[in-house]
Amino acid sequence: MEIRVSPTRMQLQLLKKRHVMAVRGHKLLKDKLDELMKHFLELVRRDRDLREQIDDRLGAAFRGFLIARGAMSAAAVDAALMYPKETISLRAGQRHIMNVAVPSLEWTFEHEGDATNIYPYGFAYTSTELDTAIRLLSEAMPSLVELAEVEKAVELLADEIEKTRRRVNALEYVLIPSLEQSIKYITMKLDEAERGNLTRLMKVKEIVGERGA
Amino acid sequence: MCMHKIAVIGDEDSILGFRALGVSVFPARSGKEAETALRAAARQDYAVIYITEGYAGEIIDVITEYSRKPLPVVLTIPDLSGNRGAAMEKIRRTVEKALGADILFGKEGNA
Repeated sequence: MEIRVSPTRMQLQLLKKRHVMAVRGHKLLKDKLDELMKHFLELVRRDRDLREQIDDRLGAAFRGFLIARGAMSAAAVDAALMYPKETISLRAGQRHIMNVAVPSLEWTFEHEGDATNIYPYGFAYTSTELDTAIRLLSEAMPSLVELAEVEKAVELLADEIEKTRRRVNALEYVLIPSLEQSIKYITMKLDEAERGNLTRLMKVKEIVGERGA
Repeated sequence: MCMHKIAVIGDEDSILGFRALGVSVFPARSGKEAETALRAAARQDYAVIYITEGYAGEIIDVITEYSRKPLPVVLTIPDLSGNRGAAMEKIRRTVEKALGADILFGKEGNA
């Protein structure tokens, strides 16, 4: 597919400028893609590790709850957990990786330092399984929040990588070749016109020379 | 930077314990309920929303709606019935989409 242009010097100039621009853009985008890829792979690895960790920990915590519910009546568990003492304060901001906005999360337990605060009940009427389960859950919390951050970043970066790759490919396989083709077309046309002009001049000179003789 | 909250949506048995940690818990009994809870939570200032895998599978379309914006983060977590591998599958698919090939998990086998 070539760009239809009139074969003039002016058009040739313009096309050459566009070609230079396209090549530069292509190089920049390609560099961006490489860098995005680097960050992406790092994040994916982290994401996968965290995932594995979380799956194990939550599995254990949930099993604990199941046992606790078996040991106590459902109503008793509900009552025990009715009014949590602890609250989590979460601050969500944004961070930029290669100009992609990703969330950054900071969080703390409001009553940091006092480990008993995660148990919102007296110990008299609850089973120990419930305590264990809640402790496991609270230990999983830091990775859980980090996982949220990392997994979101992975998603957003994947999006950006896809977009950038499309652009790189469009430049590399469509725009730049078609510009090169048009430039070649114009150059050949101009050369052809030049040669035509030359032969005409030579012919004219010959005719003039014959008359003079 | 302002204050945000964390929400958990899922079947009550799995997620009850989160309540002790001060996380908002929205029990759901069906995919439909989970979807309603998710939309409601996303409108409020919940920055992170966890959904148990059992329901996440049913409302995957709604979840992907939120994947383009930085906030809120919607995330699946395993539930009582055990890990079904949906989360890993999602990571794998994201990698495939970005790189065009599953180089990360494929490489694991050889390494």
